[in-house]
Amino acid sequence: MTQARSHEFRTRAVQALRDETLKSALARAKDGFVLKRRQALDALPEYEALRDRAVAIKNHTLEYLDHYLERYEEAVIRQGGHVHWAENAEEACRIVVEICRQAGARSVTKGKSMVGEEVGVNDALEAAGMEVVETDLGEYIIQLANEPPSHIIAPAVHKTRGQISDLFHKHHARYGLTEKLVEVPDLVNEARQVLRQKYLDADVGITGANFLIAETGSNIIVTNEGNGDLTNTLPKVHIVTAGIEKVVPTLEDATTLLRLLPRSATGQQITSYTTLSTGPRRPGDPDGPEAYHVVLVDNGRSAMLRDEFREMLRCIRCGACMNHCPVYGAVGGHAYGWVYPGPMGSVLTPLTLGLREAKDLPNACTLNGRCADVCPVRIPLPDLLRSLRHRQFQHQLGTRRARWALRLWAWLAQRPGLYRRVTTLQVRTLRLLGGRRGRLRFLPLAGAWFRGGRVLPAPEGETFMRAWRRRGKNP
Amino acid sequence: MTTTSAPRRVALFVTCLVDLYRPTVGFAAVKLLEQAGCRVEVPETQTCCGQPAYNSGDNATSAELARSVIEAFESYDYTVAPSGSCAGMIRYYPRLFETEPDWQARARALAERTFELMSFLTDVCGMTTVEAGLAETVTYHDSCSGLRQLGVKEQPRQLLQGVRGLRLKEMADAEVCCGFGGTFCVKYPEISGRMVADKADAVAATGATTVLGGDLGCLLNIAGRLKAVGSPVKVRHAAEVLAGMTDRPGLGDPEPG
Repeated sequence: MTQARSHEFRTRAVQALRDETLKSALARAKDGFVLKRRQALDALPEYEALRDRAVAIKNHTLEYLDHYLERYEEAVIRQGGHVHWAENAEEACRIVVEICRQAGARSVTKGKSMVGEEVGVNDALEAAGMEVVETDLGEYIIQLANEPPSHIIAPAVHKTRGQISDLFHKHHARYGLTEKLVEVPDLVNEARQVLRQKYLDADVGITGANFLIAETGSNIIVTNEGNGDLTNTLPKVHIVTAGIEKVVPTLEDATTLLRLLPRSATGQQITSYTTLSTGPRRPGDPDGPEAYHVVLVDNGRSAMLRDEFREMLRCIRCGACMNHCPVYGAVGGHAYGWVYPGPMGSVLTPLTLGLREAKDLPNACTLNGRCADVCPVRIPLPDLLRSLRHRQFQHQLGTRRARWALRLWAWLAQRPGLYRRVTTLQVRTLRLLGGRRGRLRFLPLAGAWFRGGRVLPAPEGETFMRAWRRRGKNP
Repeated sequence: MTTTSAPRRVALFVTCLVDLYRPTVGFAAVKLLEQAGCRVEVPETQTCCGQPAYNSGDNATSAELARSVIEAFESYDYTVAPSGSCAGMIRYYPRLFETEPDWQARARALAERTFELMSFLTDVCGMTTVEAGLAETVTYHDSCSGLRQLGVKEQPRQLLQGVRGLRLKEMADAEVCCGFGGTFCVKYPEISGRMVADKADAVAATGATTVLGGDLGCLLNIAGRLKAVGSPVKVRHAAEVLAGMTDRPGLGDPEPG
């Protein structure tokens, strides 16, 4: 499994906040995503009805997931392909490496696959002595930079053009490309030039899946670069890595979800390429792989089926939640420390890696609800984050200080008489400390408030309850 | 001003922040409710709605506090809070009693009759205008719970239109969280600080002389930032303006003289 640094959220978030380059990259990306999505949905009057339909499709499939997975497996076999079941990340990697070994692979190309990132398939293949080349431009960039993705649909969103120019200049010299390019079209062309030979040399192509179709055994991927097509058509073996929640019953179900996915993700009505692959090359086919394998990954998903977190399995990985999350917008994806950032990542990461490893993620959220508002499959992300907080509380994972503060406050709040005396005193003191300025610049035990670059407005000086009683207003 | 048929018995849920920081908002709420033809009472045993416990995952404690609130407020026709966040918490009460059907029924009965102040005035009381004036350009921050949980968006704007001399200029990203988030603002102060700095910049960019909102938590946060950077923009709860009670300095501003 990809190494996690989610326990370092706090320090990495603070570092990210100081990074001015990151700040401008995030601001640019956020405005683009938010605006384009809005425009796409304004032109789609049936959006809410489509959401309802999507939720119904996903809920139905999850209710009968075993059934649809078996139907999918049968269909893949019928088409001449193979299905492998991986209970966890290690097993998924082992299966992929074994298929590649049997194919005698030296070079592997990869289309973008978040589940591939999740299980850490690149590291496993490289450890087995194979060259792995990411072919999605964003993934290619972060592979050169040796970084995890910072966004699920725009993995290199944190990188500026200048940084990419430096990376290409450094890594492309070995292909004889020594000129330092700076313009976007030139950079894209150079990447294309390097990748073209990689496609032709590859023995195995690995792609992810946006949808697996139970009735036909097909895999659907959506891309804007066409890299997925070259990855799954040219090599002699095609491996699909997919989470078990990707299956839908029919092609028609997938097309309903496809009306929501690109619009929610990039604001496109449809991506440049929507690629279906069904089994290996058949007699008479002009191209296609000789062998077709699907690795179905559980890695904690079936456990989520059992409780309220089942709703998380509706996720179609559009990224709208992170594009609209003000916390993600402030700290970027790397602070979250694993492969899934933002609101969906703050639910998935603790469920996959454990509450302790990802202790901060469910808490680093204001529960403002914007993520749930924009989720095309209506996942109640704030409620799920709150549920995780409840689990953490039950396991006593919060700081001792926070627990005691909460307990003391709750004890007081249940004793109105005492509460009034304490608050009266508190308010008078704060008023006194605020003086004529009407504000406090520091207060012992409340340092955190001021670390946010704020002063504390002083209270009026008398509590409402006291003033109300003094006026003798209640009958 | 609005006329209503029978006087509604309304219990004011003051909220702990209004109680502590800004009693003016409580008196403004009472005045507005009375103008709307309600009979207002303030249950004496109220303290807190329990949201800090609920959002910290301590469901047992929040259920205990919820029981006290239910007992204190269930006998009234309506419960009204000058906060979308606290009213929203009361709306969540039925969730806290999944295994206690009797309490859940009482929680549901209260939740159904609990409203945020400005939406109560317009949606329930049918108030369309107010008796107040403020010759200023103001901007309005939409607090998250009110906006997304309770659908409070047009109601305050509609009422503010009735304030003589007031001009409303919308800020960019008015619906984006200010970074308060209850305990979030002290658990992750640096992130919260960035969020409120962005919000303060958006407020300043409008050229408004006052920023209004419906939740004191957000307003303390926004005022805390604006005053830290020396901004002259005043910060007030919208109820103060609607009730014509703007004699006091804005949040975090010095007393005159």
